[in-house]
Amino acid sequence: MDVKTRILSRYKAKVFKGRKDHILEVDGSGGQQIAANTRAIPGIMTNRGCCYAGCKGVVLGPLKDTVVLTHGPIGCGFYSWGTRRNKARAGEGGENYVQYCFSTDMQEPDIVFGGDKKLRRAIEEACAIFRPRRIMICSTCPVGLIGDDIHAVAAWAEREFGITCVAFSCEGYKGVSQSAGHHIANNGLMKRVIGTDDGEVGGRYRVNLLGEYNIGGDGWETERILRKVGYTVVSVFTGDGALADIARSHKADLNLVQCHRSINYVAGMMKDAFGTDWLKVNFIGLGATAATLRSIAEYFGGDELRERTEEVIEEEMAAVSGDVAYYRGRLEGRRAALFVGGSRSHHYQDLLGDFGVSTVLAGYEFAHRDDYEGRRVIPDIREDADSKNIESLVVERDLRYRAFLTPERARELRERIGLGDYGGLIRDMPDGSYVVDDLNHYETEAFIELLKPDIFFSGIKDKYVIQKAGVLARQLHSYDYSGPYAGFRGSLVFGRDLTMGLYAPAWGLVSPPWAGGGAAPAGGAEAPGEGGSDA
Amino acid sequence: MLDLTPREICERKALRINPLKTCQPVGALYAALGVRRCMPHSHGSQGCVSYHRTFLTRHFKEPAVASSSSFTEGASVFGGGANLRASVKNIFDVYDPDVIAVHTTCLSETIGDDLNSYILEMEIPEGKLVVHCNTPSYVGSHVTGFASMVAGFVRYLADAGSPADGRVAVFPGFLNPGDLREYKRLLGLAGLPFIMLPDQTGVMDGPMTGSYEMFPEGGTTVDEIRALGGAREALAMGEFASTEPALALKGKCGVEARVMPLPIGVRATDGFVAALSGISGRPVPRELEEERGRLVDLMLDANPYYYGKRCSVFGDPDTVLGITSLALELGMVPVHVVTGTPGEAFERKARALLEPFGALEGARVKAAGDLFDLHQWIKNDGTDLLIGTSYGKQIAKAEDLPFVRAGFPVLDRYGHSYRPIIGYRGGLALATDIADAIMDRIDRDCADEDLEVVM
Repeated sequence: MDVKTRILSRYKAKVFKGRKDHILEVDGSGGQQIAANTRAIPGIMTNRGCCYAGCKGVVLGPLKDTVVLTHGPIGCGFYSWGTRRNKARAGEGGENYVQYCFSTDMQEPDIVFGGDKKLRRAIEEACAIFRPRRIMICSTCPVGLIGDDIHAVAAWAEREFGITCVAFSCEGYKGVSQSAGHHIANNGLMKRVIGTDDGEVGGRYRVNLLGEYNIGGDGWETERILRKVGYTVVSVFTGDGALADIARSHKADLNLVQCHRSINYVAGMMKDAFGTDWLKVNFIGLGATAATLRSIAEYFGGDELRERTEEVIEEEMAAVSGDVAYYRGRLEGRRAALFVGGSRSHHYQDLLGDFGVSTVLAGYEFAHRDDYEGRRVIPDIREDADSKNIESLVVERDLRYRAFLTPERARELRERIGLGDYGGLIRDMPDGSYVVDDLNHYETEAFIELLKPDIFFSGIKDKYVIQKAGVLARQLHSYDYSGPYAGFRGSLVFGRDLTMGLYAPAWGLVSPPWAGGGAAPAGGAEAPGEGGSDA
Repeated sequence: MLDLTPREICERKALRINPLKTCQPVGALYAALGVRRCMPHSHGSQGCVSYHRTFLTRHFKEPAVASSSSFTEGASVFGGGANLRASVKNIFDVYDPDVIAVHTTCLSETIGDDLNSYILEMEIPEGKLVVHCNTPSYVGSHVTGFASMVAGFVRYLADAGSPADGRVAVFPGFLNPGDLREYKRLLGLAGLPFIMLPDQTGVMDGPMTGSYEMFPEGGTTVDEIRALGGAREALAMGEFASTEPALALKGKCGVEARVMPLPIGVRATDGFVAALSGISGRPVPRELEEERGRLVDLMLDANPYYYGKRCSVFGDPDTVLGITSLALELGMVPVHVVTGTPGEAFERKARALLEPFGALEGARVKAAGDLFDLHQWIKNDGTDLLIGTSYGKQIAKAEDLPFVRAGFPVLDRYGHSYRPIIGYRGGLALATDIADAIMDRIDRDCADEDLEVVM
């Protein structure tokens, strides 16, 4: 029985039918199709979160110059407070709301009689205490059900306090995962923030960094490299980001898209409205970062930029190459499984490759088919009831539209550097490896047993399931409180973390000496003490 | 850190800032993990259970299994009955627990899903059980949700016809596995047979063995829950977490209950130990009395470092009341006593603790408060020490204060869930932590010539 059949054999008819198209063995044929962005199956332990988590938690949460006010009972605001590691430093005027959690903490009477009044009062109080210039309101499940008009409240707040106030109807039950929330957040930013400040933006080679949430400081390492080459980073969506910068983002010449899933809507809409080209980038991995820098240089063109890019790559590579070689020596030949949100399972294969680690399984929690198969399949994706409920915003060409490239050059760059395109995960996966969408608890256990990876990258919910099974588990959402992992310097941190994880002396202590003959767990270091010098 | 928090206090009626509580379902989930081979199930959108599993795993550093009805917009409009039926079928098919413990969410409560009739009408495989409790997130807190789930098990399963076998029912409160192990040790020393519900030991403090078990050999068994109906008496530890299950057991099976404070600190532990001795009719074991003596010995030895120190205690109501008692016994002055969980009883009880120590005047006591309240109080009143949950670290950093972590959650340190804070042993551990924090600060801040090698 092949692996897929064995995995599915546990399921009865309905669940079997629901899962069979979400698992595939890569065969290199180039046309493999996967089911994605469909409903989770009730009762099956998915790792997915909800629409609110995607909107407030992922896209809006990292913004530092705005109060993000959760309208709902306390839980949603509480869980999305200070737990995602989207680092932010106070900007101009000392504003940094990222350390705070704001909620209307709805009580039973608010549910029965309506919560608008409490929301208004909460905004009044926030304005009295903090005098914010911006408030983003995010709604939770009961708000949509009882019909609180948060958009009317937002309009009232703008009039009353002269602030920017945007409401996001991102109730948890919308869509099938966090993905719906990303889309709703993208729409709100496009409608209400992007292009609202036409103030001067200086500097050469102006770019926005999209889908970079500065987890563990990734965005800061990425920006360091970009600035070193000579780029001007106009805004970041949204790690250590500011709405004040996003308001000017239409002044940039190019959008760099790191996380395709969560932010591709903004990239597409800015192209339509303002003519801003976008480029899928990957700053995870040494080779990937170098290739990304070369592509960006190609976009802007000119020998000066090309030479500077090569200079930076050479200098940065030289600075890390000794340590990389050391870690590669410790990691080469290991096999990894990756199950993360909607991009990292692809990005990290480049970085793992730098250390000689191969991928046996990769999957996404909330991706769509285009993240797996490439954007060329977008016209073929059938809309279902759940996706139809999420507004697909069509934007008009703005008066400020400007094309940076000639149409010929744009076509040429689409071919050469993949401008405005994303090829997806599957085509970069080795034959015989597995791609799984919405991998669940049982499948995680089963794949570990069947594929025996040395390292499993996932999130906190299954981290200890994997670790207890004797396999090294590393969180790729939060980096286990380490990082940054991006760029040249981040690669070293990643190599160090992986090495210390695999060579932890305690792996050798799992079986007591009197147990006799018990095989060492898969993560197993050779001997206790081996890892000492790596920490 | 928290630079935008002003000193000036402005009345808030609607805006919650930096909460000191979370929602009911996560407490219900934790309670259900304390039942053997039980799958906690969240009847709502999957985002809830994703957050709850994440949160519990971050505190315990252990897997927290739970499933969801995975509502979509359709279910939210048409009701979640079909989702629950599909869930129950799939859970028994794929994971094969003995019990599914369903709790509701704000979503399913707002649309008015009737869990009683759903469960009554659904097909449940022979020998398997489905129980439920109602935990709308817009009522109470994670502590009340915990209480509701424990009461839910009692209502569904406790059997009034169980033979009276002399066992004592123990509702331990919302605590760590380390505390539960300490209860068991104390009960064992007292020679009292008991049934504890819930019991997360073995589940949320599982050993590393190299093989993962979804349902490890821990937790209260269904037979034990049934037998609660024949218990000679119930000890309900912690008013906020254990009153509801105690009332449920009395209501269903007529078992009399004593509601007691969590045994944190000397006096509260004395009360628990005396109660055990009263029930068993045996004197308090010498071993325990010696343990008590060691704690009091430490309290006197280190007294100069505790005495008169102002402290701010925050977290869950039962735990905060317990830590406040210990702090008072140590000679400290709890100037801020705050919980996020609503309930006037908390304020009343906290005042009753402070009063005999002459610590009432100038103290701020608040239920349904938050960490923004606490931070502003500290800016106005000052304090010497913070004792509470992980989110207090922001205030500790902002105001440069020593900080002792205790209670739920501790997300940013390891090993806390193994260590008891209840009983004399727990008191010893807490008193040591408190002295360490205060004395580390003295060492850090003193001039070189004042650094004492002996203290």
